[in-house]
Amino acid sequence: MAEAPKPSSSVKLVLLGEAAVGKSSLVLRFVNNDFQENKEPTIGAAFLTQKCNLPTRTIKFEIWDTAGQERFASLAPMYYRNAQAALVVYDITKPTSLVKARHWVAELQRQASPGIVIALVGNKLDLAGESQSTSDEGEGEDGGDARKVSTEEAQAYAEEESLLFFETSAKTGHNVTEVFTAIANAIPETSLKSARGSGAAGTANRAGEEQRVNLSGPRDAGAKDGCAC
Amino acid sequence: MGQESDSPVEEQPPPLPPRPHASSVSSAVDPKAFQAQATTAITSLDIQTLSFPDGTRGTFSTHSRSTSTPIGSGYTSPNPPRPSSSGAEGDDAASIMSFAPTMRPAGDIASLLTSSLSKKSAAWNLLKAQAANAQPFEKHYRSADDRLANFEKEFDALPDETNEYFKDDERLAIWRSKLKQYMVLSSAGKPIWSRHGDLNLINSSIGVVQTIISFYEGSKNPLQGFTAGNTRFVVLTQGPLYFVAISKLGESDSQLRVQLEALYMQILSTLTLPSLTNIFANRPSTDLRKPLQGTEALLSSLADSFTKGSPSALLSSLECLKLRKSQRHTINNTFLKSRADKLLYGLIVAGGKLVSVIRPRRHSLHPSDLQLIFNMLFESEGIKAGGGENWIPLCLPAFNNKGYLYMYVSFFEGVSGEQATAPAAAVGQPVGEEIAMILISADREAFFSLKQMRDDVAQQLAKNGSLAIIRDAARAGRPSMAQIAPGSPICHFLFKSRANVQFCMSNLEPAFSHPVKRRRLMTVYHELHASTHAKNAHLKILQCVSDDSTSLAWLTPAFELYCIGGPNLSRAAMAQGANKIMQWIKREENRLFIIGGGVF
Ligand SMILES: Nc1nc2c(ncn2[C@@H]2O[C@H](COP(=O)(O)OP(=O)(O)O)[C@@H](O)[C@H]2O)c(=O)[nH]1
Ligand SMILES: [Mg+2]
Repeated sequence: MAEAPKPSSSVKLVLLGEAAVGKSSLVLRFVNNDFQENKEPTIGAAFLTQKCNLPTRTIKFEIWDTAGQERFASLAPMYYRNAQAALVVYDITKPTSLVKARHWVAELQRQASPGIVIALVGNKLDLAGESQSTSDEGEGEDGGDARKVSTEEAQAYAEEESLLFFETSAKTGHNVTEVFTAIANAIPETSLKSARGSGAAGTANRAGEEQRVNLSGPRDAGAKDGCAC
Repeated sequence: MGQESDSPVEEQPPPLPPRPHASSVSSAVDPKAFQAQATTAITSLDIQTLSFPDGTRGTFSTHSRSTSTPIGSGYTSPNPPRPSSSGAEGDDAASIMSFAPTMRPAGDIASLLTSSLSKKSAAWNLLKAQAANAQPFEKHYRSADDRLANFEKEFDALPDETNEYFKDDERLAIWRSKLKQYMVLSSAGKPIWSRHGDLNLINSSIGVVQTIISFYEGSKNPLQGFTAGNTRFVVLTQGPLYFVAISKLGESDSQLRVQLEALYMQILSTLTLPSLTNIFANRPSTDLRKPLQGTEALLSSLADSFTKGSPSALLSSLECLKLRKSQRHTINNTFLKSRADKLLYGLIVAGGKLVSVIRPRRHSLHPSDLQLIFNMLFESEGIKAGGGENWIPLCLPAFNNKGYLYMYVSFFEGVSGEQATAPAAAVGQPVGEEIAMILISADREAFFSLKQMRDDVAQQLAKNGSLAIIRDAARAGRPSMAQIAPGSPICHFLFKSRANVQFCMSNLEPAFSHPVKRRRLMTVYHELHASTHAKNAHLKILQCVSDDSTSLAWLTPAFELYCIGGPNLSRAAMAQGANKIMQWIKREENRLFIIGGGVF
């Protein structure tokens, strides 16, 4: 990974969406390329980092994976306040989860940083019968189609609100990296320049936003300062 | 650690029992009192109760034996121990016969026990030797009357509704076969949580429970519990909530109530008391499942730890990782040195055992709060399986049931102490060896400053070798009985230091590593505990003899000791073993327990 000094910047990203739609699974797939069948619900929020290599630069995602439970709703602003990107996730087999996703999008548009890049993600594509996922390594074991939210409906909504849109499967890995790469590409250059990933969760850290981007070396060498860049 | 730990001056090392001396007990107590009732399992106080009502608190009296002779050294002992005349070890003809088929019929056992005959019969010595070497719970259990026959299926999930191979009544039959049930419902009768079975399946059962409880609720004498067949029902009412435990495992009411209390604490930890109260004040018929969403797994892992048998819950205390005093000192100081301003409590925990605590002088941590944290981190998968770092709003009810604190959690990976990015299981970290740092603050914005602290502490611990020491100690596990009391026939012990609100115990492997054996062991400890903690019990020393084990409880104001050996052990052997354990604990006290901890 010790590539020539490519500019590197941090992007603070938050995952939002109803509980059990697969937010943590998407992160697990992106960060560890792994999937767990019966994942226990997230408690509170988890903070993870992962690099994403673009042709011209390296993006280091600082990811907040939130629990999505009702009682934590009041904590959500803490996680999206300074976020440059958000993944709003729903479950294509559960229409109510899209309703919830719309609420999150509206809240982000109202409250988050104006330039925030939002991706709408319909997860659990492997459960859909039509199986465009036949090209993927794993296919839905039962032939039944559990899809309850059509691609068209979600896509139309995403266009209307100028959101990136993907249907994914954390289980098969379908489209997962693509979502993050698309987000990385969609972050405006200007926002990257001034972007200070780190302490951005707290207002107290605003002062740090002017600091220069940390050109940290390979992961192992910089492991401990990795996320605090 | 616990509430009392602020005053280490008052802690005195537990007094050692005096050396055994001749003829103190046998004269005072009718030997018949110790005769076992055939082969019944120990289930109640009156079986094999060896109490010393003469006021000799903590005095251990045994038969005339020189303590220096290793008891249970079996065949090779040149001077085999004389069988005691109390009959305590010779009571069980059935199991004795099974060891030595050539022995005389049961009727002769009694005469064998009289001192004249007990002198040096070769057969007796052989028998004795074998009995002393026997492990507890080795006998063959007939599944018909063994309540643990189905224990291995206890934690299996019920087939769910979509499974066409099971009809509802079959599902209910499986549900009923569980040895332990826990239910939480609202006083309005709304189901909230149940350990087994989806709420649809057991809705009518919950209705019945609610009806029974509320029938008594009106009277001045609310229902505490009742028995049906071999099943005990215990009810705990907490404000708008009913907690019900249904057990076939034989715990006492107060033990079950402690378990229910812990479930309540978990609910408070999720919601806080004011918000719980508000929810029901506004709408008594509220469905609490929604606000508790995500807590189910925590309640279940808590419940399962009770069903498996939790020394920590039984003794309401915590276990520490055994470390040299100087090593722990270094860790505490390293921890204190990097302390973030916003820190309230800092903990380092390895495989559910406390390594180090730092805390403000005026606050201590309560075992029940720590139990919730440990359950969340080590018993359930929610955090461990996520990888990364966690920021968790939680209420620690014993600390303050009115508000949330924020808990930073990160598991360690590798020797450099870098933060784990992959789930602990995936990294190949065996359960029981994962090391976590837990930093608690009252400030919800403190995540990044605590993260910084964690990185600093981890780096220092790696640099000064402490991390490797912690890792080695966690890997080494608990000490074995062979190390603690070589030659003693005692197979396991459990010890609580009351002053420190901490416990320690010997290794469960290999004799008690199987879940059923482990549960049998914990059942014996629960029975000893129940007998010695019953309301009117003044027992300081209690020996229980059953057809599959001999066990002993010894309580003083400073400590509680419980230990167990194979069947047919003499009181002398038990006493001597207990003495050896106490000597070991005294010697190791500063390593076994965190005394004081790091205070700022
Ligand atoms: N079939 C399928 N199941 C998934 C997928 N993603 C997640 N799940 C499952 O959905 C459940 C909830 O996932 P989780 O990641 O915890 O959801 P979160 O609450 O949004 O973080 C888990 O049992 C996952 O195994 C997917 O793409 N396909
Ligand atoms: Mg999650």
